[in-house]
Amino acid sequence: MVTKSRLHIPHPSARPGDKPEFGYVEISDAGAVKRPEINSRVKDMERLAHEMVRVLDDQHAALGPWHPHLEPHDLHVPLRYLLLTRIFDEHMQRMQRQGKISFYMQSLGEEAVSVAAALALQPSDMLFPSYRNQGLQLARGRNPVDLMCQCLSNSKDMCKGRQMPIMYHWARGNIFSVSGNLATQFPQAVGWAMASAIKGEDAIAAAWLGEGSTAEADFHHALTFATVYQAPVILNVVNNQWAISTFQGFAGGERRSFAARGPGYGIASIRVDGNDYLAVFAVTRWAAERARKGHGPTLIELVTYRAGAHSTSDDPSRYRPRDEWQAWPLGDPIERLKQHLIVLGDWTEGRHDKLVAEVTRLVDDSWQEALTYGSMTEGPFLNKYELFEDVFKDIPAHLIAQREEQLGLDED
Amino acid sequence: MPRMNMIQALNSAMDVMLGRDNDVVVIGEDVGYFGGVFRCTEGLQRKYGEHRVIDAPIAEGGIIASVIGMGVHGLRPVAEIQFADYIYPGYDQIVSELARLRYRTAGDFFAPVTIRAPCGGGIRGGQTHSQSPEGIFTHVCGLKVVMPSNPYDAKGLLISAIEEDDPVVFFEPKRIYNGPFDGDPDKPATAWSAHPKGEVPDDYYTVPLGRAEVVREGEDVTIVCYGTMVHVAQATAKINAIDAEIIDVRTMVPLDVHTLKQSVEKTGRCVIIHEATRFSGFGAELAATLQEECFYHLETPIIRVCGWDTPYPHAFEWEYFPGQKRLAAALEQALSA
Repeated sequence: MVTKSRLHIPHPSARPGDKPEFGYVEISDAGAVKRPEINSRVKDMERLAHEMVRVLDDQHAALGPWHPHLEPHDLHVPLRYLLLTRIFDEHMQRMQRQGKISFYMQSLGEEAVSVAAALALQPSDMLFPSYRNQGLQLARGRNPVDLMCQCLSNSKDMCKGRQMPIMYHWARGNIFSVSGNLATQFPQAVGWAMASAIKGEDAIAAAWLGEGSTAEADFHHALTFATVYQAPVILNVVNNQWAISTFQGFAGGERRSFAARGPGYGIASIRVDGNDYLAVFAVTRWAAERARKGHGPTLIELVTYRAGAHSTSDDPSRYRPRDEWQAWPLGDPIERLKQHLIVLGDWTEGRHDKLVAEVTRLVDDSWQEALTYGSMTEGPFLNKYELFEDVFKDIPAHLIAQREEQLGLDED
Repeated sequence: MPRMNMIQALNSAMDVMLGRDNDVVVIGEDVGYFGGVFRCTEGLQRKYGEHRVIDAPIAEGGIIASVIGMGVHGLRPVAEIQFADYIYPGYDQIVSELARLRYRTAGDFFAPVTIRAPCGGGIRGGQTHSQSPEGIFTHVCGLKVVMPSNPYDAKGLLISAIEEDDPVVFFEPKRIYNGPFDGDPDKPATAWSAHPKGEVPDDYYTVPLGRAEVVREGEDVTIVCYGTMVHVAQATAKINAIDAEIIDVRTMVPLDVHTLKQSVEKTGRCVIIHEATRFSGFGAELAATLQEECFYHLETPIIRVCGWDTPYPHAFEWEYFPGQKRLAAALEQALSA
C-alpha cells in the first residue's frame, strides 16, 4: 500500500437526514470531578480541562464538590433570568420575522452560560461579551426596553443607530460593546484585567467567544497575554458545537477539548457542562476567586448546543439534522434547573407557569414601551445628523463640512 | 536650551507624561528592561517600574488589543510597535476596534491609545523594515495620524497625542532619528545638535495636532511634505536655488487644509512628496483636496513624487527613495509652464 500524506477534512457526526450522533461528546458523571483549591498549580489540575464538571445529575439532584449550595432564592432569581432571556429571544426572533427589526440572534439552549456567569461575578467586574450573551445584560438587571430600542435603531438606541441589532453595550452596567469582528474582545478583556492589576483594583474581567472563533489569532493573543502577566481574567469558550455551518471539528475540536488548550499556555482550564446552571455558576465563582486573589487567569469551556439558527439570516436545516437538539445529551438548561427546584420541593409546575406568564407580560410590555421611542419606519427618529458625531471626541472640520453638505441636500 | 536628537526627544515626551499622569503606561516589545531597539524608552522602566513600562510578548495584535482594554479601563497607554512594518497583525484591532469604539458606542466607550511606530527607509532595512504605511491609516475614520520631522515637534506632538482622548497613530521616520537626513546618502551624516529644531525643552510643552508648519516661505512653488521628506525638500530647494514654500504637514489627520490652501493659492504650483508608494497614497488625498480648493489658482498640474509602487527593495533603496534628483525634476516640471 502506498502511504502518503492526505488532507483530513473534518466531518460532523451527522448531516441533514442523518440520525443525530453525539457520541463524541465526552461526559463525566455529575459530582465526579474533583474541585481543587483556587491556588492550585496548573499542572496539578490539568484533568479539569478534559473532564466535565457537572453538578446536576439525571434525576435533577445536585451533588459533588462543585455543588454551590445556593439558597432557594438564589435559584429562583436565575430561573427567572433564564426564562426572561429565552422569552425575550423568542419575541425578538418573531419581530424580525415580522419585519420590525432587521436582524436577530437567539441564545436558545445556551442561556445558562450567560445567566450563571453574570450572577456568579461581582457587578464591578467587566464583561466582554460575544454576540450570543444577551443573558449577561438581562441578568445584570438591564431593562429589556433598552435592548429592544437598540434592535429597533430608535430614538433611544444606545448606539444611535450605528450598529446592527444585538451589538449592545452598557457602560454603567460594566458590559463592553459587542463587536461584529469575532474574538477581538478576548485580548481586550485581558488588557482591561491588566489595567485592573496595574491600578491595584479588585475588579476582574471576563470574556466570551464561540468555539469557532478560537481559531482566530485574537484567542491566542489573549491566552498568551493572560498567562504572561497572570491577568485577573476569565476566558470563556462557549462550545455550542456550531459556528454557522462549521462544526466544532473545524476549529480543532476533534482531538482535544477546547479547554485543553489552556494548560499548554500554563492557564488553569475547566471544561464544564454549559447547560448545568449550578456547574457554570460554581466554576465561574472558582475562577473569579482565583483571579481576584492573584492566582491568575482561567479558561473555561462551556459545553452546550446552539439550538436555534446562527442568526435570522441562517437556515441550519441545510447543514445539520433538524432534530439534533432533541438528541443533545446535556438537555435544556432551563428545564434542568426547573426540575432541580421541583425535586428540592421549592417549585411547582403551577408556579412555573405563573412565572412564564409574568415574564411574557414583561417582554410584551417592554416591546410596547420600546415602540413608543420609535422604530425603523415610524418616529420618533434619531437625529440623522448625529451620524457625523463620535467619530472623534470633537467633530473635525472635514466632518463639519460633510454634515453641511448633507444638510444642504436635505434642504433642496 | 538642551539639545536632543529625535530619540531623546521622544524619550523625554514619554518621561514627562509618565511623570505627570499615573494613568500613562508604555508597552511594547523590548521597551522595558532593554529600553527599546531604537532606545526610545531607555531608562523609563528603571524610573517608573515594571507596571508602567511593560515588556510585551511578540504579538502586535495582542499589544494593540490589550492597550484597547487598558484604555477602556481608564489608562492612557502608549504602545510601541517596533517597526511600522510589523503593525499589520494589529491592523484589525486598530481599524475595527480602536478607531470605531467611540462611534459604535455613541461615545460611551473609548480608548485613548497612542501607537508609536518607526517608519521609513534609507537604513538598508529592505521591505520589512522600511515601509511608510501612513496612507492605510489615514483612510480609517476615527484615527488621528501624525508624523514629525524633527526633535522639537516629535516631543510636542507625542505629548499632544498621549493627552488626546482619540486614538493616535504616531509614525517616527527612523532615518532622521539621529539627524536631519536630506536625501543624499553619500554626504556625511549631520546631527540634530546643529539644527535649530534640535533644541528641545526638558519640560512639558505641546505642539498641537492638526497644524501644519511652513518651514520655508517662498513664492514660486509649494512643496507639501512630511517626515524625512521635509529635509529632502529643503536641501533640494536650496541646491537648485528654487524659491519654494515648504510645508511640513506634521498631522495627516486632522489635516490642516487652510495652511496648504493659502500657500498653493499664493504660489499657484504644487509638488507633493512622500516616501510611501504613490498609488492610493496620502499624496493622492493631498492632491485631490488642493485641486478642489485651489483649482483656479493653479498654473500647472499638481505633481506627486513618491516611492515607486513596489516593495522597498533592499539593494536598490536609493533608486526607490524619492530623493533630491526626483524632486528637482518635479519642481522643474512644475515651474516650466
